[in-house]
Amino acid sequence: MSLRRTGVVNASGRPWTFYLLLALFVLYVLALYGPMICIYILSFQDVRGGLVFPMKGLSWHWFVDLFTQVRTGDVKGSFDRSVKLAVIVTVITVVVSFLSGLAFRRRFRGDGIVFYLMIGSLVAPGLVLSIGTGLLLTFIGVEARWYASAVGAQLSWTLPFGVLVMFAVMSRFDRAWEEAAYDLGATRWQTIRLVVVPILMPGIVAVGLFGFTLSYDEFARTLQTAGSLNTLPLEIWSMTLNVTSPSLYALGTVTTIVSFLIIGACLGTIALIQKRRASRVPAH
Amino acid sequence: MAARASMAGWLYVSPLLMVLVPFFVAPILVVIAASFLESDGFGGVLPNVTLANYVGIFTSKLTLNLYAETIKFTLLTWLFALIIGFWVAYFLVFHVRSPLLAIGLFLLCTVPFWTSNIIRMISWIPLLGKEGLINMSLIRVRLVREPLEFLLFSPFSVVVAYVHQLTIFMIVPIFNAMARIDKRVVEAARDAGASRLDIMRHIVVPLSKNGIALGSIFVVSIVMGDFFVVKVMSGGGSASVVGAFYEDIGVLQYPTAAASAVVLTIVVTLLVTAILRSVDVRKEITQ
Repeated sequence: MSLRRTGVVNASGRPWTFYLLLALFVLYVLALYGPMICIYILSFQDVRGGLVFPMKGLSWHWFVDLFTQVRTGDVKGSFDRSVKLAVIVTVITVVVSFLSGLAFRRRFRGDGIVFYLMIGSLVAPGLVLSIGTGLLLTFIGVEARWYASAVGAQLSWTLPFGVLVMFAVMSRFDRAWEEAAYDLGATRWQTIRLVVVPILMPGIVAVGLFGFTLSYDEFARTLQTAGSLNTLPLEIWSMTLNVTSPSLYALGTVTTIVSFLIIGACLGTIALIQKRRASRVPAH
Repeated sequence: MAARASMAGWLYVSPLLMVLVPFFVAPILVVIAASFLESDGFGGVLPNVTLANYVGIFTSKLTLNLYAETIKFTLLTWLFALIIGFWVAYFLVFHVRSPLLAIGLFLLCTVPFWTSNIIRMISWIPLLGKEGLINMSLIRVRLVREPLEFLLFSPFSVVVAYVHQLTIFMIVPIFNAMARIDKRVVEAARDAGASRLDIMRHIVVPLSKNGIALGSIFVVSIVMGDFFVVKVMSGGGSASVVGAFYEDIGVLQYPTAAASAVVLTIVVTLLVTAILRSVDVRKEITQ
């Protein structure tokens, strides 16, 4: 490798900066995952358990506590709502991001306005939008509902992400494939359904991953728009202020497992598609 | 033809606009409108146009301190996220030799982004607390005699939680920018006798500038617009601009909260615009 030619190089051919940066990287990953792993471990304590180490006993106590005790709030209901809400938001995010991605492939008059509206929606403070939406609902006399106003509020956050990911995905799409389909007599809809969507499938799954996880964890924009019934992050928020038992950690473990299942399913699907493609294309 | 292309473009983005107009444009306009109204003191507003809410913000020493504190947290978080994010991205792009391993390690860094922020924030409590893992370990190895109080519920833990959450927003765009640097350019520079410091100064940093700008926009806008990290991690010792107007909402003081929200949004917009001036974000994102 070229790195061997310059700098102070040791036996393995790596400059000293490699080891320094490797150490930084390892420390970063440790700091990233370490605290999370601590609370997962602490959530498995028994009834004597506290908020800090050392670990006291080993049991499912706090998980049972979480789903049966009234004082920890309506965890089951909010969990249920959050998953349903995330599914709705994901479906809309995928469809709308895909269409917007198609639009932005070529310039059209006024495209800059749409683009900067989207960036604005992304960087605007979530609580400001939340309060604005809440006031607007009061003004027009509509009650906030988690399955209505919260969907829109969350889309104002997930869509800009989805469209940005779609941009990255579509920039690698070769227009020639589409032209070839038209030349063979395919209609516009057939071309999208049979050529564009299958080729872009890994990217579309990635957009879905963003849609689901960003909605499932969204807090500020949902705060004033969910109405009287809490979503899971709102429930966790009120728990951080009232609950001082490891059930809080148990909730953290449960919600992270759900996140990891979704991430695993999406990344697995992407990997599977890529692998099937690789095996189908004959090697040159 | 151009007109037809424009029509098709607008048709395809119309669903996007159907979300952005009612849930971004309209709420912002409502907040702006509310900020000029008078509160009736009972959660409603009187239809009198007034500037009193704004005068209140700019004459209150408390509010100005809030802004100073929020900007202090923003700068500290930005600085640490930039330093860590830049070097992690650099390590992945220029030091990890197998592209597959680099992508794998990159994914390892991004996975926590898809999990709950609140949970990741509270996960520092068993580590940083007075009886937390760090204090207990320090006492055991006799480095300190008393537990360090500044670790949790302090400005320190606020910055730790922010950097923990937001460094990923630096890593991803900087990684993307660096991955696009043609390795032959680096080779050529080396062949021409450039030192590694020269390569860093004249090639890597200038070509990752756009990534840095993009990451900075995310970090700055998120910290400025946040309130729950400050509220929980400072243990009540610090406050934030957003936290303050959230409390106004709690006592139904909508106009004062709205005015504060407008000022904050303007400050964030100015900061983002300043960053945007140095980089063509649209070109950076769409290519």
